Amino acid sequence: MINIIDVWKGFGSNKVLKGVTLKIEKGQTMVIIGRSGCGKSVLLKHIIGLMKPERGKIEVFDNDITRMNEEGMQTIRKRFGMLFQGAALFDSLNVAENVGFFLFEHTSMKKNEIMRIVSEKLKLVGLSGIEHLMPSDLSGGMKKRVGLARAIAASPEIILYDEPTTGLDPILAANINKLIKELQAKLSLTSIVVTHDMTSAYAIADRMAMIYDGKIIEVGTPEKIRNTNNPIVQQFITGSAEGPIISD
Amino acid sequence: MGYLVERIGKKIIVGLDELGRMASLLQQIIVQGAKKPFNAKHFVQQMVKIGVDTLPIVSLMSIFVGMVLGYLAYLQFKIVGLEMYTGSLVAASLTMELGPVLTAIIVSGRIGSSTAAEIGTMKVTEQIDALRTMATDPIKYLAVPRFYAALIMLPILTVFADIIGMFGGYMIGVWKFGIRHQIYIQKSIDFLDPIDIINGLVKTIIFGGLMITISCYKGFTASGGAEGVGQATTSAVVLSIMTVLVSDYLLTMILY
Repeated sequence: MINIIDVWKGFGSNKVLKGVTLKIEKGQTMVIIGRSGCGKSVLLKHIIGLMKPERGKIEVFDNDITRMNEEGMQTIRKRFGMLFQGAALFDSLNVAENVGFFLFEHTSMKKNEIMRIVSEKLKLVGLSGIEHLMPSDLSGGMKKRVGLARAIAASPEIILYDEPTTGLDPILAANINKLIKELQAKLSLTSIVVTHDMTSAYAIADRMAMIYDGKIIEVGTPEKIRNTNNPIVQQFITGSAEGPIISD
Repeated sequence: MGYLVERIGKKIIVGLDELGRMASLLQQIIVQGAKKPFNAKHFVQQMVKIGVDTLPIVSLMSIFVGMVLGYLAYLQFKIVGLEMYTGSLVAASLTMELGPVLTAIIVSGRIGSSTAAEIGTMKVTEQIDALRTMATDPIKYLAVPRFYAALIMLPILTVFADIIGMFGGYMIGVWKFGIRHQIYIQKSIDFLDPIDIINGLVKTIIFGGLMITISCYKGFTASGGAEGVGQATTSAVVLSIMTVLVSDYLLTMILY
């Protein structure tokens, strides 16, 4: 479904991705782990075409999106949902308008039908009855859940999650993990999750991949990652200060 | 010396590069604006923001500018015994130059800053990326309604500024200095050429388009959090006002 082949990306002299290759199958939850600033979010933005690689190609639904223009990308993006790290809710719109944004903009559905879907999605993330609130009235955790409701409102085939549990308390984080699992089970979604929260990663992953020094250094099931002999992966997943990864 | 030349050269290259990018944004706004669907709701919202909400400050500015013009014109004309022409000078100055330029400067300060700050904040908080992920073109969604609202509302605001400014001049000329009502009105009308009024309004359409393009560009290219948004806002206002003044000179050369 998504095929990332030898992708390179740099910002000035800082080379972030140095030949990333990764395949994500339909209906799978792929969790990409790695240290802060290692290029996880950059990779996610390449998958949805917000960034173009310097080299390499990315195939989504059998289309090479690196060669697509913005109009072509818009057609592809209609099949995606994305949860941003800071939720990225639109400040000038209320919760209902945020969650129903795609439906208001890209469908001919009637307002009451959209509002029904909005209420349904908000209920799914445990936030019923807040349709009229503005993003500035919400806590960080609520914003993230509204962001998740917005990402799933248009029933996408692929959802990208950028640090879905960062900044949430452990109970809320567990709820989000549960929700991601439920969505995948109910809707057969393909999910790509970027995180450095290992509890979350083990809870939701079908497969995991670790980025280090601009490359994918290990891919496999959570079990395989847990039992790997790779000292870099071991140091990261155990959160050890001692090891080959040098702290900045 | 070599260092200075290098720095000036770099500044010129950066400036030309920015100019090219702004021209490209203007082209995209026009192309996207021609595509369906047109977001009528946002268009009306922006017309209210640019037009209705800005009218009080434009009115206040105009009435005082008209009063000052009337006052100074009367004092100068009185020396040569031509005080009945006070209204002519006020009317001509406002419709040809002061009405369009001062309105554009007020709108640049008020709308240019809010446009750059709003879009800039959306940029640094990933809201622009969120728009794109939901298959919505940020230029079509954010810049197009503002652009067309400015093209329509700037001339309307200028008409108000001209009328209110002329009334300010009238108050001084007639009520304070005692010029006869009929003479003041007649002399004002005598010197009002419809072509001059139209040229003044044409100027404001161009000012509005340039100001919104610059402000949107500064917003879309903002980076680095609150400080970056602040810088984008400041440079949007400064560049908009400078562009209004320079283009005013060029347009005056072309139109009159």
